[in-house]
Amino acid sequence: MKAQRLPSGGRINRGRPIEFSFNDRNYQGFEGDTLASGLLANGLRLFGRSFKYHRPRGVFGSGSEEPNAIVQLGEGASTVPNLKATQVELFDGLSASTVVGWPSLQFDLYAINNRIGRLLPAGFYYKTFMRPRFLWGWYEGHIRRAAGLGHAPTGPDNDRYDKRNAHCDVLVVGAGPAGLMAALVAGRSGARVIVADEQAEMGGDLLSSTQYVSGIAAWAFLEGLLKELSSMDNVLLLPRSTVSGYYDHNFLVINQRRTDHRGSMGNTVARERNWRVRARQVVLATGAIERGLVFADNDRPGVMLSSAVRTYINRYAVRLASTGAVFTNNDSAYQTAVDMHDAGMEVKGLIDIRHKPPEERLSQMDALGIPVYAGHGVGGTKSSRRGLRAVELCRLSPDGRDVLAQKGLLDCQLLAISGGWNPAIHLHCQSGGQPRYDDSRACFLPGDSVQSERSAGSARGSFQLDNCLRDGIDAAKNALRETGQVPVNIDYPFVSGGVGSGIEPMWNVPDGVLPGRGGRKFVDYQNDTTVADIVLAAREGYRSIEHVKRYTALGFGTDQGKTGNINGLAILAEHLGQSIPATGTTTFRPNYTPVTFGAIAGRELGAVHFDPVRKTPMHHWHVARGAVFENVGQWKRPWYYPEPGETIESAVSRECLATRKGVGLLDASTLGKIEIRGSDAAEFLNRIYTNAWSKLEINRCRYGLMLGDDGMVMDDGVSSRLSENHYYMTTTTGGAAHVLAWMERWHQTEWPELKVYFTSVTDRWAVASIAGPNSRLLLGQLCSDIDLSVDAFPFMSLREGTVAGITARVFRISFSGELAYEINVPADDGVALWESLMEAGGEFDITPYGTETMHVLRAEKGYVIVGQDTDGSVTPADLGMDWIVSKTKDFIGKRSLVRSDMLRENRKQFVGLVTDQPATVLPEGTQLVNEPSTEYPVPMTGHVTSSYYSPVLGHSIALALVKGGRSRLGGSVYAPTLDGQLIKATITNSVFYDPENKLHKT
Amino acid sequence: MLRIDCPWCGPRDQTEFSYGGEAHIVRPAEPETLSDEAWGDYLFNRKNTKGRFLEQWCHTAGCRRWFNAVRDSQSYQIEAVYRIGEQPPEGIVK
Repeated sequence: MKAQRLPSGGRINRGRPIEFSFNDRNYQGFEGDTLASGLLANGLRLFGRSFKYHRPRGVFGSGSEEPNAIVQLGEGASTVPNLKATQVELFDGLSASTVVGWPSLQFDLYAINNRIGRLLPAGFYYKTFMRPRFLWGWYEGHIRRAAGLGHAPTGPDNDRYDKRNAHCDVLVVGAGPAGLMAALVAGRSGARVIVADEQAEMGGDLLSSTQYVSGIAAWAFLEGLLKELSSMDNVLLLPRSTVSGYYDHNFLVINQRRTDHRGSMGNTVARERNWRVRARQVVLATGAIERGLVFADNDRPGVMLSSAVRTYINRYAVRLASTGAVFTNNDSAYQTAVDMHDAGMEVKGLIDIRHKPPEERLSQMDALGIPVYAGHGVGGTKSSRRGLRAVELCRLSPDGRDVLAQKGLLDCQLLAISGGWNPAIHLHCQSGGQPRYDDSRACFLPGDSVQSERSAGSARGSFQLDNCLRDGIDAAKNALRETGQVPVNIDYPFVSGGVGSGIEPMWNVPDGVLPGRGGRKFVDYQNDTTVADIVLAAREGYRSIEHVKRYTALGFGTDQGKTGNINGLAILAEHLGQSIPATGTTTFRPNYTPVTFGAIAGRELGAVHFDPVRKTPMHHWHVARGAVFENVGQWKRPWYYPEPGETIESAVSRECLATRKGVGLLDASTLGKIEIRGSDAAEFLNRIYTNAWSKLEINRCRYGLMLGDDGMVMDDGVSSRLSENHYYMTTTTGGAAHVLAWMERWHQTEWPELKVYFTSVTDRWAVASIAGPNSRLLLGQLCSDIDLSVDAFPFMSLREGTVAGITARVFRISFSGELAYEINVPADDGVALWESLMEAGGEFDITPYGTETMHVLRAEKGYVIVGQDTDGSVTPADLGMDWIVSKTKDFIGKRSLVRSDMLRENRKQFVGLVTDQPATVLPEGTQLVNEPSTEYPVPMTGHVTSSYYSPVLGHSIALALVKGGRSRLGGSVYAPTLDGQLIKATITNSVFYDPENKLHKT
Repeated sequence: MLRIDCPWCGPRDQTEFSYGGEAHIVRPAEPETLSDEAWGDYLFNRKNTKGRFLEQWCHTAGCRRWFNAVRDSQSYQIEAVYRIGEQPPEGIVK
C-alpha cells in the first residue's frame, strides 16, 4: 500500500497546494513540504541510483545529512546539480530530476555493476585502468558516465549574489532548542545576536517533537520563542542560512539562500548572500546527526533513519508506509515506534540489538502491542521493485558478534534504523578544537575550545530535550560573561515525556553467513562504500583513517559522510584491533555543506574587480587616434598608432624614423612619481640608490639604480632635486607601488631617525615626452618663459615654467637617445597640453608613438628596462653599470656586490647581438649556445632579453645576457629557434645607435 | 582570516595588512666588516618557529605603518602588537 498524507497534523499548509514535477512526472504537495516529503507523500520510494553499483535508493534522512536522494534542480543557466531532495523546498513549477541512472532511473544499464560488484572492490579503478596509459582517456569517458553525479550549468549564471559583513556579540549556530534558548538569553540581555539555521523553518528538533515544554506543546513553545526573538531589534534571525565555515579569530561565513524556495526571481534580488561575520562569542547549537546501522542490504528504499521517520510523520504528516519496523541499538528509536503507531502504521516489531533494553521502554511497547525483539538483529533484507518488503530477523549471541538463530522474515515496507547519534562537531573542529571520544555515549564530543566558542545541547552530547534547553541558557550566560555583559536570568523550562539515550554500539551487524557471501553492508551510501571495502583497505595496509578515506571514498561527496563516517572508522578500528580514539577522525574542513560558486564570487565578477584598469588623462585621445593598447601593470598604454593599412611592423618603423628625424610624442604619464621631502631626503636617497645624491644641484636630474639588499637590480629611474629638501623620484611604470612600499619600510623599520616623507603623485601629473631633433623647436613654439638654449637648459636638468599656457615642470631627460623633454603638467591639463603639442607640432610632422617604438628607440641605445633585461639575478656589474655604483658610501645591496658569487668571471653580462640574417628578429627569451653542437645536453651560454628590428639601422638588434659576454665582443653565439634553425649572431656592445652619446646632449 | 590590532588604527581585518616576516632583524651597521657567511645569514636565514613568533606586519591598506606582532604560528593567536623600535611586552618572549 502506498504512503499517504495523514488527514491532519504536520507543519504543512494544506490550504496552499503546490504543483511540481520530478523526472517529468507531475505531483502535488503543500507549502512547507520539501521535495522529499512531497514525493514521499505521493508514495514515491525510488529516488535515485547509487554512484557505483547503480542500486535503487530512496530517501534515508530528512536534512543535510541525506546521502541518497540527490537531484538536479531546474535547467539551463540556473540549474543546480547535486541538491539533496530533503533540503529543496517545494514551489510552484519546481522541476527536478534524478542525477544517476542511464538511460533512465527505472531501467539503468549500469546496474550491471551491482551484479559484477565482486569484481569492483575499493581501488578497482586505480588498479585496473592504470595501463595502458594511452587508453585512459577512453576509460575516463565511460567511467564518468557510469559514475557521475549531476551536471554543471552550461551557460553563465544570470542570478545575483551578495556579500555582507557583520559583527555581533553572540553568533548562535542552529535554531533548535539549545540555540533558541541561547538566543533568548543573549537577546533579553541586550547583546547583539545573530541566529543562523540551515533549515527553512527554525526550531530544529522541536519541529518534529511530540513532547511538552513548560506545560505546553513543543510547537506552541517554539512559536512563543520565535515571536519574542523576532520582536527584538538586537536579534537577527537568519533561516535557510548555513554556517559553512569557522575560520581564525572567530570569523565565520554564513551562506544564506534567499530565493531558491520561491523559484526564479530574476536578478532583481540576490539569490544567495554570504555573510562574513566577526563574532565576539559563538554558541554552537548544531545538534546531532543520527547514524545508521551497518547490516546486509541496508540500502533498500524504505530503510530510513529513525529520526527522519519521525520528522516525516510529525512535521510533514506523511504516513510513510502501512507496515514498518524499527531497528536500533539505543533508546531514542522507541519514540519512533510510538510515532509510527500513532500515525496508523502497523509496527511489526522493534528489533533491539541490546539484550536487556530498559524496562520502561519494554512496557511502553507492550502497551501499544508492539513486539520487541531484544538481542536480535537484522541479518538481511528482501525487496521488490518498490523497495523494502521484509527484513530477516536473527537472534544474536550475548556479545553481539554472531548469529545464533535465523528467526525468519518480518514483513515490513519501512525500517526505521538508529545506530546512535553523532554530535555535529564540524564547526568546533574547524575552529581548531580536537574532538574527544566518549565511550558511554559512543560518539565524538567537542574538545577544549581554542577560539571563543562553546557547544550546547546535542552538539555536545546532551541529547535530551530538557538538557538541550538548559544547555542553551547556560551557554549564552557563559558567552555573555566573556564579553563583559550581564546576562539576564531565565528559569530552566520543565519538559515532560521523552526517552533516554542508553546505547550499546554495534558497528557491524552480523548476518550469519560466510565473509563475502552475504548482502552488501553499506557504510557510506553516497559512495557505495561497504564494510568489505574498508576491510580490504585494512588488509592492503592502510592504517590512517585519512588514507582509508581516500582509498575507499568513505566520507566524500555532497553529504561528506555525515551518517556513515563514524561507523566506517569504528569498523576500521575494529579490524586494526585498536580503539576508536586511537584511530581518530578525518579532518573537518569548510564547507559544512556545499556552497555555490556564485555565493563565493558575490558581485566580484569579471577581471575588473581583481585588477583595476588605470588610464592616463590622455587615454581618450589615444582611443580616438586608433591606438592599439598594451597592458603595463594595471595601466593601459598606447602600444602603437597604426595608420590605415599598416601592420605593427610598418607602424613602428614609421614612428621610429619620424622620431629620429623629426619629433615624436609619447604619453609617459604612467611612470611612477614619488615626492620625497625632508631635511634627510638626500641622505635617504644615498642609502636607497647606488650612487651619491647629496651633491646634486637644485634643478638637476640624475639617473639612479636601486638594488635589493641581495645586490640585484630592483628598479631604476631619474630623480631630480626641486629644492634643498625636496626631491622628485620617478620609477618604472610597474614598480611604482613596490618602490614606495620599499622606501617606507626601510625608513620606518631601519632608519626612523631620518626626517623624510614620501608621497605618491603618480596620478597627479600628466607627462608628455617629446623626442627628436625638432623637439626644442617645438617646445619653443609653446613656451616663452624658459630659456631653452643648450647652456641655459642643459641635459639632465629641469625648469619650471609655462607650456601652452599651462604651469609645467619640464625635464630635459631622454630615454630615446634624442634631444628630448618630458613635460609634466597637472593631470587635468594633460589633454590640453597634448593637443597643443600636436597642433604646434604640425609643421614639424610630429608623430605620436607608443611603447613599442619607445622600446625600439631605447634598445638602439642599449638602455636597460628593469624586469625585461633583468630578472632579479642581475647586478649593476652584470649590466656594465659599475659607473653608477659608489665606492665611498654604503647603500642597500652594496655588501652583496662583493660576495664570492658576484665576483665570478663567467656571470651573464649584458651585451648586444647582431644576427647574420639582418631581417631575422630573434624571439625574446631565446636561449643561446656557443657551438652549433648536436651533442646533448647542449650547454647554455645565455639568453635574449630584448629583440627588435631597428628601422634606423636597417637590421635586427638584440640585447642579451651572455656568460662572460663583455670579454667576447666580436665573438659568436648561436640561437636555436623553435623551427629548428640555428641562427648565428655576433656579440657587440649594447649601444647600437649614436655610440658617442652626442645626440641627446645637443 | 585574522583580525589584527594595528597599534595605530585598532583592530582591522587581515586583508588590510601585508606580512613582513621575522621581526628584530637588524641590518648590520657596517656590512663591509662582515664575512660572506655572516652577511648571507643576515640576508637569507630566518627562523621557522612553531609557536610564539615575533614578526613584522604593515597596515598597507590603512595607515601604512609597520609594526611588530607576537603571533603563535600554530594557533594563529596574536598575543601582542607593539611599535617598531619597541621590545615585546614583558613575559611574552625571552
